Amino acid sequence: MKYLDEFNDPTLAKSLFADIARITTKKWSIMEVCGGQTHAIIRNGIDQLLPDAIELIHGPGCPVCVTPLGVIDKALEIASRPDVIFCSFGDMLRVPGSNRDLFQVKSEGGDVRVVYSPLDAVKLAEENPDSEVVFFAIGFETTAPANAMSVHQAKQRGISNFSVLVSHVLVPPAISAIAGAPNSRVDGFLAAGHVCSVMGTWQYGPLVDEFDVPIVVTGFEPLDVLEGIRRVVLQLEAGTAELENAYPRVVSNNGNVPAQQMVEDVFEVCDRQWRGIGEIPQSGWRLSSRYSDFDAELKFDVVDIDSPESEFCRSGEVLQGLIKPNECEAFGTVCTPRKPLGATMVSSEGACAAYYQYRRLDGSPVEVKVG
Amino acid sequence: MCLAVPGKILEIRDDRGTRMATIDFDGITKEICLAYLPDMEIGEYAIVHVGFAISRVDEASALETLQMFKDLGILEEELGIEPTEELTS
Repeated sequence: MKYLDEFNDPTLAKSLFADIARITTKKWSIMEVCGGQTHAIIRNGIDQLLPDAIELIHGPGCPVCVTPLGVIDKALEIASRPDVIFCSFGDMLRVPGSNRDLFQVKSEGGDVRVVYSPLDAVKLAEENPDSEVVFFAIGFETTAPANAMSVHQAKQRGISNFSVLVSHVLVPPAISAIAGAPNSRVDGFLAAGHVCSVMGTWQYGPLVDEFDVPIVVTGFEPLDVLEGIRRVVLQLEAGTAELENAYPRVVSNNGNVPAQQMVEDVFEVCDRQWRGIGEIPQSGWRLSSRYSDFDAELKFDVVDIDSPESEFCRSGEVLQGLIKPNECEAFGTVCTPRKPLGATMVSSEGACAAYYQYRRLDGSPVEVKVG
Repeated sequence: MCLAVPGKILEIRDDRGTRMATIDFDGITKEICLAYLPDMEIGEYAIVHVGFAISRVDEASALETLQMFKDLGILEEELGIEPTEELTS
């Protein structure tokens, strides 16, 4: 039980595990949607300390992982232009496109920069009026308000050398697609706490009703994840399906209303491709037509780039919870974080990266040194 | 990049109509935007994601979460410092 010592409150963790073991009488499959939760689960061995009857299925909640290959190729094309300063969150730089990644573009002389905040990119545009500054606006609902503000601010300040390559994705339509799939094995969901801190919990009630599944809004710390699992199991064992908020210290029913208003002003809902999964209707945001002057796809004429995905990478099955990362033939052999086939091996929130970092090839835990 | 880190507001200022703050993440200070939590005050803690305060938190849970980030050695990564150049393998 070496993992228990790694919880910040081992006594509480032990009692939560004991409680879950006590109430579990049947087999249940629970999906954690957020990649941050996946990492907490694998790092702390939560999946291995739970009763065998409970299987955790890792969901598609890693924004870097699901950004479609075609969009990465668009980013690479734009970043290669001599007049462009291409700004991105750090996670995206090693995500493989069809032939290369942003790091390679940078090493070949492209001006690719990592920014902490989208507003840093707006500032760069102000400071470099002779360059085109492009920000790679990806992410779930948590990140969208920040990205929306960059566009809003650029418009307000009349900064015309700033544009965004947008590929936003939304959690509720993904849950809907997974819960509604004919081969769905998911009995209950842990919803992503930080997404809900922005959007609130109100979007999830209709999903609970439509698919008759418990959804528990859950944080990403190990004890939060355990508490979320415990609440889902309690509901499943009682035969109920309700929306619960197990992360009230951060999440409210209404969420962050000013952030939602900004997103609504700048973006509009669209169908979106998810890397490895395919198109999910109404599952993304794109720039609203009011802001089309800031659309990098139009500005750099890359709208038509579309790229077929690798047949060798099984990240789509991983993202849908159909296989575990170590069940892929390429895992840890031809596919590693330094030479990834797919984005799930790159991102700090990707399931393959979590397994690689904390597990042996057969999925069993490696000895983690506790510091 | 999808995680959010709690920090303490040290200073608040206006940047051409946008409310900005200096925030302390356990010794690392950053400039962040308060547009989505306009009533935050100096000394309070907020959860911050890619440079934007998105939710207010109490000090005790903020400190606990910060400690977890430190223990895991991922505070710098979440704050966009030393990104992906040195991947763990």
